[in-house]
Amino acid sequence: MIHKTNRLSAAYRKLFRKTYLALSIVLCLVISVILLWTVSYLPPYGSTDTPTYNDVSGRYVNSGMTETGATNIVAGMILDYRAFDTLGESFVLFTALCSCLIIMYGSEFAIPPRPDKYLTEKDNILKYTMFVVIPMIMLFGIYILLNGHLSPGGGFSGGAILGAGLVLMSLTFGHDVVAKFLTPKRIRVISCCALGFYCLAKSYSFFTGANHLHSIISPGTPGNIISAGLILPLDIAVGCIVACTMYSFYCLFERGDI
Amino acid sequence: MALRFGENLAINYEEAVAIILFAIGFCMLLFHNNLLRKIIGLNIMDTGVYLFLASMGYIEGHKAPIITDPGTTITETFINPIPSGLVLTGIVVSVSVTALMLALAVRLYKRYHTLDLDEIYEIIEEDEENDIHN
Amino acid sequence: MTFITNFPFFSIVGSLFFAVLIFATQSKPRAGRILAYTLIVITMCLSATTAWYTWYTGESFTYIMGHYPAPWGNEIRAGVLESLLATCFGGILLLSIVGGRKFIIHHLEDASKHYLYYIMIALINAAMLALLYTNDLFTAYVFVEITTLASCAILMIRPGGRPAAAATRYMIFSLMGSGLFLIGIILMYDITGHLLMVNIWEAVQNLSANGYYRGPLLVAICLMTGGLGIKSGLFPFHYWMPDTYGAATPSSSCILSGIISKTYIFVLIKIIYRVVGVDVYYSTGAHNLMFLLGIIGMIVGSVAAIRSQKLNRMIANSSAAQIGYIYMGIGLGDIGIVAAVFHMLCHAITKPALFLSGAEIIDASGDKQDFYSIRGAAYSRKMAGLLFTVGALSMTGVPLFMGFISKILFAQATIGHPYKILFAVTALAVSTVLNAMYFLRTVINLWAPDVHHQAHQGSLMSRFSFKATAIAFIVLNISLGISAQPIIDLILKGLAML
Repeated sequence: MIHKTNRLSAAYRKLFRKTYLALSIVLCLVISVILLWTVSYLPPYGSTDTPTYNDVSGRYVNSGMTETGATNIVAGMILDYRAFDTLGESFVLFTALCSCLIIMYGSEFAIPPRPDKYLTEKDNILKYTMFVVIPMIMLFGIYILLNGHLSPGGGFSGGAILGAGLVLMSLTFGHDVVAKFLTPKRIRVISCCALGFYCLAKSYSFFTGANHLHSIISPGTPGNIISAGLILPLDIAVGCIVACTMYSFYCLFERGDI
Repeated sequence: MALRFGENLAINYEEAVAIILFAIGFCMLLFHNNLLRKIIGLNIMDTGVYLFLASMGYIEGHKAPIITDPGTTITETFINPIPSGLVLTGIVVSVSVTALMLALAVRLYKRYHTLDLDEIYEIIEEDEENDIHN
Repeated sequence: MTFITNFPFFSIVGSLFFAVLIFATQSKPRAGRILAYTLIVITMCLSATTAWYTWYTGESFTYIMGHYPAPWGNEIRAGVLESLLATCFGGILLLSIVGGRKFIIHHLEDASKHYLYYIMIALINAAMLALLYTNDLFTAYVFVEITTLASCAILMIRPGGRPAAAATRYMIFSLMGSGLFLIGIILMYDITGHLLMVNIWEAVQNLSANGYYRGPLLVAICLMTGGLGIKSGLFPFHYWMPDTYGAATPSSSCILSGIISKTYIFVLIKIIYRVVGVDVYYSTGAHNLMFLLGIIGMIVGSVAAIRSQKLNRMIANSSAAQIGYIYMGIGLGDIGIVAAVFHMLCHAITKPALFLSGAEIIDASGDKQDFYSIRGAAYSRKMAGLLFTVGALSMTGVPLFMGFISKILFAQATIGHPYKILFAVTALAVSTVLNAMYFLRTVINLWAPDVHHQAHQGSLMSRFSFKATAIAFIVLNISLGISAQPIIDLILKGLAML
């Protein structure tokens, strides 16, 4: 009886698989042809004669600097004009962090620990190179983080570089070295504080903006390091979140713990 | 009804390439059974979308929207900053999704020692049938 | 008075903030749960006040998120329909986690992870509210992604292989949907130059009047519709449903089927009304496809439910059929959309009741789901049996229950569509018969006297919280079934405001 149902379901599955494949091929072809067809009717690439080149982008470009205080207009746009999106975006990261915690934390599914000793004790070339490289990576990350409103960069890119530096450090010198200053508890505290600060600071700005109240945040002098109102603190908060999240992802995959 | 393409296909080559990337990713997501390949397909698909978005903001001869000399009046012209901002948001989303998918793949592999979704389902169904009959 | 306009914003940002707070209370499991309950109650009150305010003033309001108005900054917008749905969904979210609490404790073996579940609840609450209130397409995309991630998380939080496999499949479908939705938004942006719904609407009316960019506009509309359709489980993409809902802990199934799929559908309705415009949308013909797929989904889902050997899978397959009803309503347009919104509410109230009571029944039959084992189980769990019966009758469309009203509304909506009326009414009739076949069979099976299974009491006795939830669901279902007119009026008013 069991045997029979198994065989039947195997045949059924084969049929299902074939129809699925055929349907997928058709779907893919249809979607790509339709999209290519659509592209052929879109506004021309690289010209000013497009609907997107309108007063919205015009205002961002022309008065973005005076209104937000950021010389990097993209940073001004995502952290001031369209800040709600960016708030949501940080929470996407937070959601992913919590989801990975659910799957990997303290479970048998984590990858078994790798003997750290091999690397730290024997590989001198790696160790000494990293002594030079890691401080530079960290410095570069902090520079990008703090200059987000003045030059290309910002919280996400700077945080990603910092996170990469932490992962590199953990890979070369072993997890314990990083855990000396970045304990699991501190990661949690930093993430919570940064997200909480982000939430509250942006709420203040949303609240004053929507109710036409006077806001104490001023754009400052564009071009100075302390300028652009909330953008710099928000960049730092985002950078902390991103760095902690990236490092936590690494730790969760590596050891099943933050 | 013949499918007639518009005249901008050649001019919009960058968007067309982006769409082809998207289609490749979409195919990988659908065709491959291996979970890791599905995840790679997902990333290719996202990359296609971001390229599509980024090419939308580009304007010939205009510069990246960063004001180099804030003291003087602005004489340069800049590209549209909106798509760049949206791409930034999108990248973070795709990083998060990739992390979650990889974690799921690890969990499934540890349990079933395969990354093939169909095989995993076969094993699950066998297990359940054994449960019922025991 | 105008202070009330802040409430939608407070409820969204408050939910996000509470998620962080729950993360901070990791070492105290009780605190997380209490915070989540408090949060949902507070946001429900705020949404209810907003609903009252918009109903009282008779007009919707937009709220600027920041210092910059319409085309430059983000905005949210609240009307009667949004806040009504926010209130109802909040209530269902609360009932789902209260009623399924016993199973959350039982299924999440690791007690140290409970706080993560409540974080996800808070995030789902935030994302749901943001999706309901948003006035910006890209914000919608960001929060759709939060919803996707969080719903995957509440799925796979139950240990074991099947939830993980189901979550993977769910994610793959969901991500395909998100990809298409995002491409749709980008195309829309490219041809209109805006991301805020009001401005896109104006631009789209212009484009369609002058006949510019006809192809891209059509494709953008279809892609957005298709993406949301995949995510909410429209017919050819409903395969993830039975697996997903069957494998998760009952609260998660309730939230996924009751709230999250409805939120996606509401985003679609919002796109129809506020982004594309009803006239333009219904002139593209995309609704005909939805109508067709909806009808096929109704029949296919019901047949799959009849064929399923397990209780949970049966309820899940019936979800696919009910999603088909909603899409059929949207495809009909006009009163069809009223019917669709009412059915969204009806399904959101009924399906969680079925999942919760189904879980109790399975538990009473010794964790067996097949129809032989559950025979007579209603006698050992009377409240669960009663709740299941009410849910089943409502889904079948028996008078006195909510499902009856939505079926009448669907039937009304078909009038005036000369070709569709034939298909729609036939499909309604066939699917009602099929619904009756599998739901009533199960109900009779449940109440059939069977001495053999009286011995099974299950490992976990019903808690007081489940009984309270059951009573709440029954009262809601019957009271809305008897006097549906106020809700229908509210929906009409809300749709007029959209």
